[in-house]
Amino acid sequence: MLRAAMTGAARSLARNAASVQPARTFTIAAVASAGSSSSAAAAHDDEEGGSFARGLFSGRIRESQVFPFPAATILNEEAKSTLQMLVDPCAKFFETVNDPAKNDETASISKEAWDGLKEMGAFGLQVPEELGGLGLTNTGYARLVEIVGMHDLGVGIALGAHQSIGFKGITLFGTKEQKAKYLPKLAAGENIAAFALTEPSSGSDANSIRSRAKLSADGKHWVLNGSKIWISNGGIAEIFTVFAQTQVPDRKTGELKDKVTAFIVERSFGGLTNGKPENKMGIKCSNTAEVYFDDVKIPVENVLGQVGEGFKVAMAILNNGRFGMGAALSGTMKAMLAKSAEHAINRTQFGSKIKEFGMIKEKFAQMALKIYATESMAYTLAANMDRGSNDYQIEAAISKVFASEAAWSVADEALQVMGGIGFMKAAGFERVVRDLRIFRIFEGANEILRMFIALTGIQDAGKDLKEVQAALKSPISNFGVLSQEATKRIKRIVGVGHDTIKGVHPLLRGPAGLVESQATAFGAAVDSLLITHGRKIIDQQLKLKRVADAAIDLYASVAVLSRATHALNSGAATADQEVLLATTFCEDAHRRIRRNIASLNGKTTDGSYARIADSIFEKGSYDISHPIGF
Amino acid sequence: MRVIVGVKRVVDFAIKARVKADKTGVVTEGVKHSMNPFDEIALEQGIRLKESGAVKEVIAVSCGPTACQETLRTALAMGADRAIHVPVEGAAYETLQPLAVAKIFKKLAEDNQANLVLFGKQAIDDDANQTAQLTSALLNWPQGAFAAKLSVEGGSKVKVVREIDGGLETIELNLPAVVSADLRLAEPRYASLANIMKAKKKPLDKKTPEELGVDIKPRIKTLSVEEPPVRKAGIKVENVDGLLQKLRTEAGVTF
Repeated sequence: MLRAAMTGAARSLARNAASVQPARTFTIAAVASAGSSSSAAAAHDDEEGGSFARGLFSGRIRESQVFPFPAATILNEEAKSTLQMLVDPCAKFFETVNDPAKNDETASISKEAWDGLKEMGAFGLQVPEELGGLGLTNTGYARLVEIVGMHDLGVGIALGAHQSIGFKGITLFGTKEQKAKYLPKLAAGENIAAFALTEPSSGSDANSIRSRAKLSADGKHWVLNGSKIWISNGGIAEIFTVFAQTQVPDRKTGELKDKVTAFIVERSFGGLTNGKPENKMGIKCSNTAEVYFDDVKIPVENVLGQVGEGFKVAMAILNNGRFGMGAALSGTMKAMLAKSAEHAINRTQFGSKIKEFGMIKEKFAQMALKIYATESMAYTLAANMDRGSNDYQIEAAISKVFASEAAWSVADEALQVMGGIGFMKAAGFERVVRDLRIFRIFEGANEILRMFIALTGIQDAGKDLKEVQAALKSPISNFGVLSQEATKRIKRIVGVGHDTIKGVHPLLRGPAGLVESQATAFGAAVDSLLITHGRKIIDQQLKLKRVADAAIDLYASVAVLSRATHALNSGAATADQEVLLATTFCEDAHRRIRRNIASLNGKTTDGSYARIADSIFEKGSYDISHPIGF
Repeated sequence: MRVIVGVKRVVDFAIKARVKADKTGVVTEGVKHSMNPFDEIALEQGIRLKESGAVKEVIAVSCGPTACQETLRTALAMGADRAIHVPVEGAAYETLQPLAVAKIFKKLAEDNQANLVLFGKQAIDDDANQTAQLTSALLNWPQGAFAAKLSVEGGSKVKVVREIDGGLETIELNLPAVVSADLRLAEPRYASLANIMKAKKKPLDKKTPEELGVDIKPRIKTLSVEEPPVRKAGIKVENVDGLLQKLRTEAGVTF
């Protein structure tokens, strides 16, 4: 599946091979930015502000989206106390009413829990209050889904598929009428929503969907045919956000072309059916099913966004929906850590509590570092979205990749600490491990997201670089016309210092220095990649992967520095521990970044890897003579 | 019919209390607080009476620092119609005693023409178990303390069932009356997230003790608050003989 997905992406990438050019049309299926990539509309997206991660690719440290720690100031006192009041009842519900083991066992959510969730208001966390929801900000949503993630990821997916993507399109793009018609019942949980994009032949490459809607002769309906697979809530939803090809006249030539359009489809329209619930590895209690459309008549007023703009709609929903994952998974990790820490503190082997052993300590330290970074990024992202930033796609992708891999490793190590007990179903670890596995696959496979992180960043760097290169041909006459960005780039290239993190607390100057030097090195490495490969960089997947990994580590480092700085400045009780966590994270990250950058230009086994893989694909198996000859 | 319910903000029941260094009380700063569990039960019963149609309005009252408004918001989220915060800050709050609180409730009951005043039987922080009884005496209203069941009979009486040694006692009180809730009166509901949001719009008034004309000066002086003595570790004896010997020599048991 993954291979198919990657091939799909490569095709899509190739289609848009101009991506390292300043052109703004660059798209990567399923994860690309939704047209807002460089619009830089909001107050925090100005030249010196703007996406922190985007700036990194030009070797810049743009502090304004990270310092001071955005999550610390995003809630006013009233919002804070309201949110605080929501936390307890939500946690109590999951501790007393919902039974994750039973949900897993029966592959369904108990009626009691489902009704409880409805009564609680959990189906409309971000729907405006006047339409029957709780009207929470992204930060508020993140805080509550963290509790869900602590207890039951299956329930989390049912709720997330409903509101984080299922009807997110209505809240983002819906007309006033569409919102008034659909949101109240969706917020009450009376109607469940689903997001229907994926098809058998179209996974990560979302532009290649085959479902098709044709305008009826009288122009009043779109008639939809096709099928979707792996649709979360597909078997229980009443309202679907569906993506299908439509014939749209080209603006210039008038020639009809296939373009994706988004529709709000009600099950009650008729012609919509679903397959039986999929039997999955994890998140079993959430419903996943195929959905079929057989001449479904959709009123024209149910187009979501503009006809032909469906791809943009899909990507905006996915980008917007991604932020909750980091928060949910930080909850999962904290729960895992707490359970295994209890064991480590009490379990005696070889005459000592196992917490005394170095290898056990190492595991817990690494768990804590991963949680600290995941939380720092998730809440920075949510806060930036709350204050109106539109330029957060790279950060959202980074947060998703980091969180899903951190959670996988934390759950795995927590289980390891438990030893044999962890392997037993009753201990509750194996369920979480199974539940977590999907997070690296869905909502943009991590491989695709790495490509997205690297290419989106490189795209901007490429634009600047072109300017720089042109200017360098006749530097004197051109210097005045260079953008500030390009000027700084030239200064850096000729070795006149690098950006510093100004907002960092003096106690964190050491680790901040590591980040600064690596940010500069990273920018230079990106330049060098562009100069060497030009637009063919798209074919250098392993190089792009290292670029993405370095970007992830750099962003995470700055996020933890910002959070620890805030802890120091606000006199937080845990400030000392946070300094230790942030410093250690930056030191570890520094080593990883250095290694990744070094191997961009240095000797690697990438070529050998490709040859080994090719020989496997040729045979379709591991066809090597057996050690004992047969 | 109108009900006033007292809801005290106390250190959460799950928190292990720590005595302050100067031994004047327990540490409350930075410690999680919530509504006194017995008050929660009383409030639940008040809300149920309202839902059954016997009561028109439920007013939640809390005396103490600004943070008490969070407790009141919880009460509103659970279903109280409005709330009154009686602000008492700092040193005055540390020495706020049941008699002063009872006087406050007396005045509020009169001003708001309440027919019934409900309390938890005691607060889990000072365990005083006095406010309901004192309020009843000050108002000269009948009292039903430690109610395990409470129902409104017609418009002028309430029936209270009390769990007493050896059985149940049923008493009937003429309204207006004061009732305190025991553990089994009603199981409190969780406030739904939606109701928490709606509670923000319900009225929350402030009435200072001065406005109510109540003297809240303490009548009792706390000399010292001490940690309970730490239990010493036991010892294992080898056998029955060993046990018998210890009992004889150390516990002074004679056989």
